Amino acid sequence: MRKEKALIFELGRSGRKGYSLPPCDVPVKELDELIPHKMKRQLSLDLPELSEVEVIRHYTELSTRNFGVDTGFYPLGSCTMKYNPKINEETAALPGFTRLHPCQPESTVQGALELLYNTEQLLKEVTGMDRVTLQPAAGAHGELTGLMVIQAYHRTRGDHKRNKVLIPLSAHGTNPATVSMAGYEVIQVPSDARGLVDLEALRAAVDETTAALMLTNPSTLGLFEEDILEIAEIIHQAGGLLYYDGANLNAIMGYTRPGDMGFDVVHLNIHKTFSTPHGGGGPGSGPVGVKDRLASYLPVPVVEHYGGRFVLNYDLPDSIGKIHSFYGNFGVVVKAYTYLRMMGAEGLKQVSADAVLNANYLMNLLKKTFNLPYDRICKHEFVLSARPEKKKGAGAGDIAKALLDKGFHPPTVYFPLIVEEALMIEPTETETKETLDAFAAAMEDIAAAIEEDAGRVAAGPHTTVVGRLDEVRAARNPVLRWRESQDQ
Amino acid sequence: MGGEHYLPLTPDDREKMLEAIGAASVEELFSDIPQKLRLDKLLQLPPPLSEPEAYKHISSLAGKNISLNDMPSFLGGGVYDHFVPAIIKHITGRSEFYTSYTPYQPEISQGVLQAIFEYQTMLCMLTGMDVANASMYDGGTAVAEAAIMGCGATRRSKVLVSRSVSPFYRHVMESYFRSRGLPLEEIPLRDGQTDLAAMEKAIDSDVAAVVLQQPNFFGLVEELTGVSDLVHEHKAVLVAAVDPLSLPLLKAPVEYGVDIAVGEGQGLGVPPTFGGPLLGFIAAREKFIRQMPGRIAGETVDVEGNRAYVLTLQTREQHIRREKAASNICSNEALVALAASVYMAALGPAGMREVAELCLQKSAYAREKITTIKGYDLLFDGSYFKEFPLSVPGDPAKINEELIRHGIIGGLDLSSYYPELDPAMLVAVTENRSREEIDRFVSELEGWK
Repeated sequence: MRKEKALIFELGRSGRKGYSLPPCDVPVKELDELIPHKMKRQLSLDLPELSEVEVIRHYTELSTRNFGVDTGFYPLGSCTMKYNPKINEETAALPGFTRLHPCQPESTVQGALELLYNTEQLLKEVTGMDRVTLQPAAGAHGELTGLMVIQAYHRTRGDHKRNKVLIPLSAHGTNPATVSMAGYEVIQVPSDARGLVDLEALRAAVDETTAALMLTNPSTLGLFEEDILEIAEIIHQAGGLLYYDGANLNAIMGYTRPGDMGFDVVHLNIHKTFSTPHGGGGPGSGPVGVKDRLASYLPVPVVEHYGGRFVLNYDLPDSIGKIHSFYGNFGVVVKAYTYLRMMGAEGLKQVSADAVLNANYLMNLLKKTFNLPYDRICKHEFVLSARPEKKKGAGAGDIAKALLDKGFHPPTVYFPLIVEEALMIEPTETETKETLDAFAAAMEDIAAAIEEDAGRVAAGPHTTVVGRLDEVRAARNPVLRWRESQDQ
Repeated sequence: MGGEHYLPLTPDDREKMLEAIGAASVEELFSDIPQKLRLDKLLQLPPPLSEPEAYKHISSLAGKNISLNDMPSFLGGGVYDHFVPAIIKHITGRSEFYTSYTPYQPEISQGVLQAIFEYQTMLCMLTGMDVANASMYDGGTAVAEAAIMGCGATRRSKVLVSRSVSPFYRHVMESYFRSRGLPLEEIPLRDGQTDLAAMEKAIDSDVAAVVLQQPNFFGLVEELTGVSDLVHEHKAVLVAAVDPLSLPLLKAPVEYGVDIAVGEGQGLGVPPTFGGPLLGFIAAREKFIRQMPGRIAGETVDVEGNRAYVLTLQTREQHIRREKAASNICSNEALVALAASVYMAALGPAGMREVAELCLQKSAYAREKITTIKGYDLLFDGSYFKEFPLSVPGDPAKINEELIRHGIIGGLDLSSYYPELDPAMLVAVTENRSREEIDRFVSELEGWK
């Protein structure tokens, strides 16, 4: 099973060709006439030389060394690894979209603008917000955009003392990183015994320096923040704004909306909730929705519809400016629009119903064998603690590796930080009951294997193309690129 | 109900699962949502479409656009109509790649990890830099983050950016810098290039980084001799935004003392797609590795000593360092980086050089032809790569409207980005433009009144 794969630089032969270009059909000038010698490259360009079939075989083999949602169950908590409908790939590949330049005259891109406009309307309704920008290219980019909007709002009002953003300890790592990027200070808010935001601690933390609270609801524990209205009141009374991290929106579509809970700014992860593929780490898309009083701060341009024409409006004097060179990841938005139009209101509600049903069902199966620190109804995901298994010699990370041998992608491990040895499991709505049963059975097998021989489990995985990797070596002696000398 | 084919649970499954949970209904599973927050009616969305209906509707929207397949285009400004080899979509369309997430479990993600490692290597080969990351959202955010890297590395806050850097990038930088409260100063133009005398005056011990573009936004190859010495004398960082397709011909960033090379990689086999997904890249000298944002793949071995790849140096990243991370970036443009890798692998050094030479020759041909027409003059003297700015004899938007009527997508109207140059147009000519198309463009410009 185990084998190394040659790097592309170790393949091919000098003089091989993997492309076909037309001959030059204009009169050719001497290169020196066009580019002075001193501006010319002297450094050799050592890219590999391969025939087309070699390129195809190389990357095809690489693909077989990779696991996607199409390969199997991928319950990676907080990532919403649902099935990616194939029709989305077809619509996004239409040349009428892919072969559009972003600076074409508006008259030539009316269909693209209509699609952006329509998507905004659909996302407004799903979230309960008044305006949505589609410009952010990923969730974290959306977070930064949202905080910039909040910052611009406070600054425009002359309220310059607000320099802190509150974040629960259970938040995604992007939240505190975004707060720093926007020049704010992070204030951590603890959770209470229920795993929810500790209201007393929140009250004590807010003051006239609070710019916002960033909250994921349901939280990363998969628990709905039941006190959300009170939380909103505490923040708003202190003059702060409420920011919704939409990573977990898949749990509540059609049941409730962040806009109705009192959130002022919302970001969505199109590549989670709205079925677009994660691409091995992008491209994603992270639209940001706001309430009316914040609409004038959105990035430019916004898409508007006047007298039968769709236009890009750059005339927003309070705008935070631009956060992407153009209009964001349009191609990803096409996929989400396709999904939204196919699902409709009932379909989206059923998505959340089944996502929550699948999570609760799997949680109930697994809590018989594993420790469930917060034993209550969950939403789309739940978090187990492998602390007891860790004591026996195989922790959350080892359980993850053991799942690889069972043909499953593991859950998110060691996150959220408030649960020791966390295993964060999100099955999504697109999985069958049989898959959930099989996953639960695999987890029970692993628990039994830990009882029997924890050492063997901790030495896994045993069947993957490579064994457990030496991550410490990678970090201590970084080899971040291939060099010809290294293997010769 | 829409989307039933994506929802495998049957009514019978649901009943059995509820029974196992001990819940009477699915609604019970939502009882933790306060009653007053629960929607009492369905969302107001258009009725669901079946797959053929959805395809028809969305095709009709695509059909309302005029695409680069319908008309030859002379638009550039950072996004170009370059040749995209057919093999790319067949690789990026492998669902083991596109339906995977960030490779957090390396043993089953060797495909994506090795592809990232190879991509990093290819970018280093192109730029001459030591390290590259797995990708950024686009050229604009890559430039902004590179400037912030400079602030981190020098512990200074002021950044100088040339007015010859793409306005699309500068606008993104402005938003990032305004938010952080960091000063951003513009170096003015002189004959379409960075005014080096002004730069020399502006640079002092508060300056963290100087940001230039090569070729610059106007397509001019800037005369940058001595610039890196000046920047380094002040212990500041030199950031250059470069067009990767120009690098087979033009000096590699390492050859003129650049510390961080960034830019937009869309030309590397990625369709323009109305401006996104694009491909931001960052490559740097080794000493800047700790300030590098985003994912980096590294080589290691497994327990048996097999060579393998893993995400590394993660103590820079948000999921480990939280508020102390180098950046908040998480999802990036991994699949687009894969497309760029396949492009560079297929073209190799000879193919990439051929593309660069075709762009150079064809744009030179177009420039020579157009500037013989009365009213169309080259704005600045100098050496150009694949685009060039023209003063035009009327409102560029009107000229472009007229060109569309004659089946041509004209150049970029510069009026809103450089009002001081108005009326002007930036014309890009890639390897995809035939002589016949260029000649037709020339004769339409000639006929415009």
